[in-house]
Amino acid sequence: MKELMIGNAALARGLYEAGCSVISSYPGTPSTEITEEFAKYGDVYSEWAPNEKVAAETAFGASLRGKRSACCMKHVGLNVAADPLFTMSYTGVNAGMVICVADDPGMHSSQNEQDSRHYAIAAKVPMLEPADSQEALVFAKTAFDLSEQFDTPVFIKMCTRVAHSQSIVEKGEREEHVKEYVKNPKKYIMAPANAIARHPFVEERTRKLTEYAETSALNRVENGSGEYDFGIITSSTSYQYVKEVFGDSVDILKLGIINPLPVKLIKDFAAKVSKVYVIEELDPIIESHCRNIGVDVIGKEKFSIIGEFSQKTIAQAFGLEAKENVCLDTDVPVRPPMMCAGCPHRGMYYVLAKNKITVLGDIGCYTLGSMPPLNALDMTLCMGASVSGLHGYNKAGAEETEGKTVCVIGDSTFMHSGVTGLINIAYNQSNSTVIILDNSITGMTGHQQNPTTGYNIKGDPAGKVDLESLCRSVGINSVRVVDPYNLEECERVVKEELAKNEPSVIISRRPCVLLKYVKPKKPLKINPDKCKGCKRCMKFGCPAISFRDKHAVIDNTLCIGCGVCAGLCPFDAFESEVE
Amino acid sequence: MATKNIMIVGVGGQGSLLASKLLGRLLVDEGYDVKVSEVHGMSQRGGSVVTYVKFGDKVYSPIIDEGEADFIVSFEKLEAARYIKDLRKDGTVIVNTQQIDPMPVIIGSAEYPESVLDEMTSKGVNVDAIDALSLASQAGSAKACNIVLMGRLAKYFDIPYEKWEAAIEKCVKPNFIEINKKAFSLGYNN
Repeated sequence: MKELMIGNAALARGLYEAGCSVISSYPGTPSTEITEEFAKYGDVYSEWAPNEKVAAETAFGASLRGKRSACCMKHVGLNVAADPLFTMSYTGVNAGMVICVADDPGMHSSQNEQDSRHYAIAAKVPMLEPADSQEALVFAKTAFDLSEQFDTPVFIKMCTRVAHSQSIVEKGEREEHVKEYVKNPKKYIMAPANAIARHPFVEERTRKLTEYAETSALNRVENGSGEYDFGIITSSTSYQYVKEVFGDSVDILKLGIINPLPVKLIKDFAAKVSKVYVIEELDPIIESHCRNIGVDVIGKEKFSIIGEFSQKTIAQAFGLEAKENVCLDTDVPVRPPMMCAGCPHRGMYYVLAKNKITVLGDIGCYTLGSMPPLNALDMTLCMGASVSGLHGYNKAGAEETEGKTVCVIGDSTFMHSGVTGLINIAYNQSNSTVIILDNSITGMTGHQQNPTTGYNIKGDPAGKVDLESLCRSVGINSVRVVDPYNLEECERVVKEELAKNEPSVIISRRPCVLLKYVKPKKPLKINPDKCKGCKRCMKFGCPAISFRDKHAVIDNTLCIGCGVCAGLCPFDAFESEVE
Repeated sequence: MATKNIMIVGVGGQGSLLASKLLGRLLVDEGYDVKVSEVHGMSQRGGSVVTYVKFGDKVYSPIIDEGEADFIVSFEKLEAARYIKDLRKDGTVIVNTQQIDPMPVIIGSAEYPESVLDEMTSKGVNVDAIDALSLASQAGSAKACNIVLMGRLAKYFDIPYEKWEAAIEKCVKPNFIEINKKAFSLGYNN
């Protein structure tokens, strides 16, 4: 049956049909749904790992044991998994292993625009790049076959537009693939003597894979009608934009294997056309390869190294006429994302902003605390960097910074890579105050369980990390828990902990309001007779409160009745309905 | 058939997901090639959101670019204005007249442009404005705005009414089918 599926769901289906039995991942947009969809299949094992390195190593262990395995991550997650990656390239696999990585050109939900294809080249690991959902499914199966045939982990590289676009997919049946585990120290123990012997294998493998890429059906030439005499080399979502603009009027070399790239195939293609354009998002990977093999191409001088493409980008670069449209004269105010009405993070941020505290931030919903009117953050770098960064900041600033600087990190991010930074604070004794914003879920990526929630990916009860005990056991003596809906308590505890001459942790604990078990209360109302229009409540930055006709008003479709705003009003104008 | 392009725009959390699911289901059942595309993640937290629905004999690009949309279905007034550049000349905007202030308006650094729909009309855009929130409440749930707007969109298509209803039955949880069918008919008939 034909079915619409997002690329990530189709990829999950492909992994499943290929006999993948173990998947371990850390969520990250735009990769999250691969694992979520895979977890819906009953007869296979799936899990959320604390971070991408753990996920990749778990998948490796499963492959070693003889089961086909996969791990999934976003582009920046691959940085975390890079350590095992580079050596897995040397060991190779037992049963097939696939690493799914999703890039985010345009940075819809990311802190940088790095191009994962560099990792495939650097680690000498093959990489396949599907251009729609059906290809994602088919490529997943091919990836496992290649993994076993060439003894290597294999990348499948997604991007936002392939990962999150639905297109039509035809499903197949699952096939089981199991291997024996045979002890083989020369292959699996990468101590120098063995690794030295293994490196030539890696180089020879790349040579063989290049040969494979010359004739593989994953790379294909589409001969055009001859309307244009130039040719285009492209892949992934760029292929779709090229087809949207040119249809069948131009010769196209559509690449599905992005590492290693073919040589003869490209030379032969180039020889038949007047000139060659390379159209690829982000870095000039295919373009550089073409130049290296002596094929003259037009690439980044015409197509930007920055951001996403679209059919318009391509059409413009070729000087084709723009489509007619309507433009308004009115300025349309931006609508940036923001913390939800009732979000527990807002209370803590309000207190930090009010007291003009320097706040080193981290990756999650709470990065939105940087937005007006709270403007509460000073830094966001990568997962876990708030904690280690605070340590360095205070080592450099000493008494000048210690009493007025904190870091904030979510529960899932703390598990991912915050705890190592906290160990450094305890070990090397910086007078730092770490605030864990514990909303009992991985929020931004759409509510995944994590080691602090007590539930696994299927929602079944699981092991639960006790944050207070963990912090104490690494050597933090002062560990306090506050409710971020209680602004008075938050302010008092933050001030007390900052005043102490020792490392400390404040756990700001209240579940995300979007969790199903958090029942919203009746929306508040504003008594217009009491409201003096002082706008103090507007400083809270709650999307449910706006200002009309000299009074604050509450949008009752957004307000969840948390009541925190009521405490900010000096005139008691906020009234809650009796339930 | 040449590809038809529909954009669904609104504010994160307004339920565009169900609307695009309904359209996708319907159009696949009608035998078209279909692509439905949206961005998940950061932008969903109360930010501006957009979904592209494209169908025809063969669809390539998953996104809709400037001047390409045949229809824009907007869940909120300001959001219709934000994406109007993507509408083709002679295209139609179906817009819920609900107003949701974005943060710059809430904190007073920008004003809500109240008269954007008039400006669109004066520039020759076909504006089909509808109070979907009231109609949804009338159907039994304010959350059914999305289906009211789908009902209005259906008037512009030759696909039989029963097929839309059948798609609703496939996409909505059993408990909510009746409310959504009612919301659909209120959008279609008002």
